[in-house]
Amino acid sequence: MLRYALKRLLSLILSLAVASVVIFVVIEIAPGDPASFMLGVNAQADTLAALRAELGLDVSKAERYFNWVGGMLVGDFGTSYTYRTPVSQMIADRMWVSLPLAIYALTLSTLIAFPAGIYAAARRGKPGDVAVMGATQLGIAVPNFWFAMMLVLVFAINLRWFNAGGFAGWENGLWTGLRSLTLPAIALALPQAAILARVMRSALLDILSEDFMRTARAKGLSHRQALWRHGVRNALIPVLTIIGLQFSFLLAGSIIIEQVFYLPGLGRLVFQAISARDLIVVESVVMLLVFAVIMVNFMVDLAYAAVDPRLRSRT
Amino acid sequence: MSRNLILGAALSSLVLMAALMSFIWTPYDHAVLNIPAKLQPPNAQNWFGTDHFGRDMFSMIMVGARTSIAVALVAVGIGMTLGVPLGLTAAARKGSWLDEFIMRGNDLVFAFPSLVIAILITAVFGAGAINAIIAIGIFNIPVFARITRGAALSLWEREFILAARVSGKGAARISAEHILPNVANLLIVQGTIQFSLGILAEAGLSYVGLGAQPPTPSWGRMLADAQTMVSFAPHLALIPGLAIIMTVLGLNLLGDGLRDWLDPRIRVARA
Repeated sequence: MLRYALKRLLSLILSLAVASVVIFVVIEIAPGDPASFMLGVNAQADTLAALRAELGLDVSKAERYFNWVGGMLVGDFGTSYTYRTPVSQMIADRMWVSLPLAIYALTLSTLIAFPAGIYAAARRGKPGDVAVMGATQLGIAVPNFWFAMMLVLVFAINLRWFNAGGFAGWENGLWTGLRSLTLPAIALALPQAAILARVMRSALLDILSEDFMRTARAKGLSHRQALWRHGVRNALIPVLTIIGLQFSFLLAGSIIIEQVFYLPGLGRLVFQAISARDLIVVESVVMLLVFAVIMVNFMVDLAYAAVDPRLRSRT
Repeated sequence: MSRNLILGAALSSLVLMAALMSFIWTPYDHAVLNIPAKLQPPNAQNWFGTDHFGRDMFSMIMVGARTSIAVALVAVGIGMTLGVPLGLTAAARKGSWLDEFIMRGNDLVFAFPSLVIAILITAVFGAGAINAIIAIGIFNIPVFARITRGAALSLWEREFILAARVSGKGAARISAEHILPNVANLLIVQGTIQFSLGILAEAGLSYVGLGAQPPTPSWGRMLADAQTMVSFAPHLALIPGLAIIMTVLGLNLLGDGLRDWLDPRIRVARA
């Protein structure tokens, strides 16, 4: 297990290193110098040079790369070109929207997918199964931002149960905050729930054909008891892997949904920074998202290997 | 043939035909503004109604299908032309440093959140259909490389490959002449699924303004335009959304149906 963990850790570090180089290079190729963008076309040459020095743009590319990576390692994400505030502070503020949104959506997706998947598997081939599977096909095909617009139309504009957009803030109480995240979370969760329900169903169907399920029935457990005690528990392993992957997907996928609901999260930060050519912010937020995804994958792999020793020999 | 296959093929060909048809005929010119007739709900003259500039929605949907299909198709093409040879090479040189290099590279691309990187690419190199295609296409490469390698590895163990090697064929020729035809089915099925994911990705990028630019119509941008008007003209959002759902659903059903139909084991089990 230790050897496997070390091996995965090595590839984690390698992935992060390559990712940081790729992001840095892509941003470097971007046309436009941030300093001249900030000062406009009529800037004096000496003011420009002074600002470039202040932003740390006057050193070699390699040096800038190491400054950036080295800074991030100690929590210094640089200073925003446009807002003149530390990027780490901006990220921390936005994180309070994006992270709860991802967790909320993941909770909803799991709450929908588990019963749906178990129900479908238990009634394999019957009308209930066909209905659930049909619904999941539809759920996978729906673009989440379109679904979000429909939710706004029905629940915010017509029924007035929720606000159409914006974030009320956590300082007004947990419920107020959660309420403004509810529609976005539902929009994010539904397509994910469709995928998760399908995974749950097929994982459970694989387990149901195992010998130990027949043994469980033979020792006198009812169909329902056998399903819950031996079926669902065993099916959880592959399902948990998918949930881990979905979490990182939700964190990154909230970018578009935040646009629909005008939520002040990481996604909106990225778009604002892109239009303001605030490249240090873009660079650091993208790196943070990549880091989160790679980290979650790493932990899922480790957890998986911890419960299933067969996986450790595979690389 | 299964119900999935028939329904999927029907939906997909309907969208494809609408896209092809738009080259020779649309009910109205999709780019002509007619402000007095703006925001009409669906009616006998404008089957899908008109938008805020009085443009005919039906014509825009038809031309938009062209954009969606073109972007997704070329993105799948990029994934296949680069991914399949990589997968074949990795399988032919199983265990070598080349195999290791290709597969680790694959893992790396997989680890990136695709949407974030697509946004980064289009943001840095400029919004537009070409950059959207490249951004979506890059993430198709590892999908095809992995699936090709996986299928090719088991084929390399088979007797007919051994026979080909005994007859003096090299690895490259065996890959092209014997391995590739045998993984083609799998690639078609995966291609259909990646195609549908490409349609969704294009819609998402266009929605945030990073896909095809005006005046090229695209479903995602129609939805973005509709956002502020959804309360008094819901058809503006409903219709492009349903077009996307229909296309993606059709392609997914087609993919599932093709997989079952092309896999003889499942076909026998069913009969």
